Amino acid sequence: MVTIIDYGTGNLRSVINAFERLGTDYLLTSDPVAIQKAERVLLPGVGEAATAMAQLRDKGLTDLLRHLKCPVLGICLGMQLLCAYSEEGETECLGVFPNRVRWFPADAGVKVPHVGWNSIHDLKSPLYKDIKEGEYVYYVHSYAAEINECTAAATDYGGWFSGSLYKDNFYGCQFHPEKSGAVGGRILANFLTL
Amino acid sequence: MLAKRIIPCLDIKDGRTVKGVNFVGLQNVGDPVELGRKYADEGADELVYLDISATVEGRKTFGELVARIAREIDIPFTVGGGISTAADAGALLLAGADKVTVNSAAVRRPELIDEIAGRYGRQFIVVAIDARMDETGRWVVKTHGGRQPSEHELFSWAREAQERGAGEILFTSMNHDGTKSGYPCETFARLASELSIPVIASGGAGTVEHIAEVLTAGRADAALAASIFHYGEIPIPVLKRALNERKISVRI
Repeated sequence: MVTIIDYGTGNLRSVINAFERLGTDYLLTSDPVAIQKAERVLLPGVGEAATAMAQLRDKGLTDLLRHLKCPVLGICLGMQLLCAYSEEGETECLGVFPNRVRWFPADAGVKVPHVGWNSIHDLKSPLYKDIKEGEYVYYVHSYAAEINECTAAATDYGGWFSGSLYKDNFYGCQFHPEKSGAVGGRILANFLTL
Repeated sequence: MLAKRIIPCLDIKDGRTVKGVNFVGLQNVGDPVELGRKYADEGADELVYLDISATVEGRKTFGELVARIAREIDIPFTVGGGISTAADAGALLLAGADKVTVNSAAVRRPELIDEIAGRYGRQFIVVAIDARMDETGRWVVKTHGGRQPSEHELFSWAREAQERGAGEILFTSMNHDGTKSGYPCETFARLASELSIPVIASGGAGTVEHIAEVLTAGRADAALAASIFHYGEIPIPVLKRALNERKISVRI
């Protein structure tokens, strides 16, 4: 059973469809009591960081989320919200990962947003069990987290950034596993075994 | 490294795939979901579904189809055909589409691009441009499936679309579409140099070499095709291996 945090931003259809394909039960909720009792938590996110943080605060979820002890996976903006700070809307985030989320550097000579299939390297954490180095996953984003000790997968796009982060029971994917074909399905299935 | 994308395009009429297909081992080749899954399994990087239904009933069927595609296909897909308001695009987003593509409606009313990008983000909108080069060498933008000329010129219209919020440009040369004689690579290269958003090349591919050329000399980020895939002329795995052998970055 996956508890999907529904904090009123973006479209949750894709992640719901992915868990349905995996045959997993899910609960969509913003209820603190239900989230506290969750077996594992998915923090989705499509939208803008400052708005999303404001919505988490409005629903009284920020402290609860950063202190969860169950496996937590943030996807895309959801991963960025688990970082310390985002330059998108200049907002403090949940601070699980120490990273600062920034716009792609202007001197990198790359198109922003970073859209499409890119490869993941230096894979760490149980999320990447049975995933080969250099597999391709699907990205859509304009802001990225730097490489540091929490990096679970690195991707090169005019420079290396954290395609994935992990720390204790927290995991993040900047890419969209729910749109990354069989590889993405395997990553989500790995999360369900944590 | 970011991979160049290979994108099969499926034309849908009244909920069914229109163009003939001759895949072996597919029981129901008319079903857009089954065909999409077949392409995804073969290594397609994205899918484009274009609704060419002419009736209200047909359009309603397409909306239901989009929800079913989203449930069953695990790669990104773009939908288009008949989107003329931001609300039309929003309904498709809620049904599970990753992107929408607009063409004639944006030429008629360019603000549509601002409205969709403003509400749903620029990553959600692909502006498709059909153009034909006239005798003077000017690329005239066409609407209604390439039948009607507009006042726009290709490069200025593409730049305007980008400024208004287009996330990608999908360009089809009406001079080359259906000829299987290759793409106008110089035109694609100029588009790439004038734009900062990805360009998808469409119309004209007949061989692996044509696609390799538009992804290298033409600097396109992706190649979209229909008949070469539908008729099994160039299976996607064959195409991707051939591109890989030419040192073009593709997802294999």
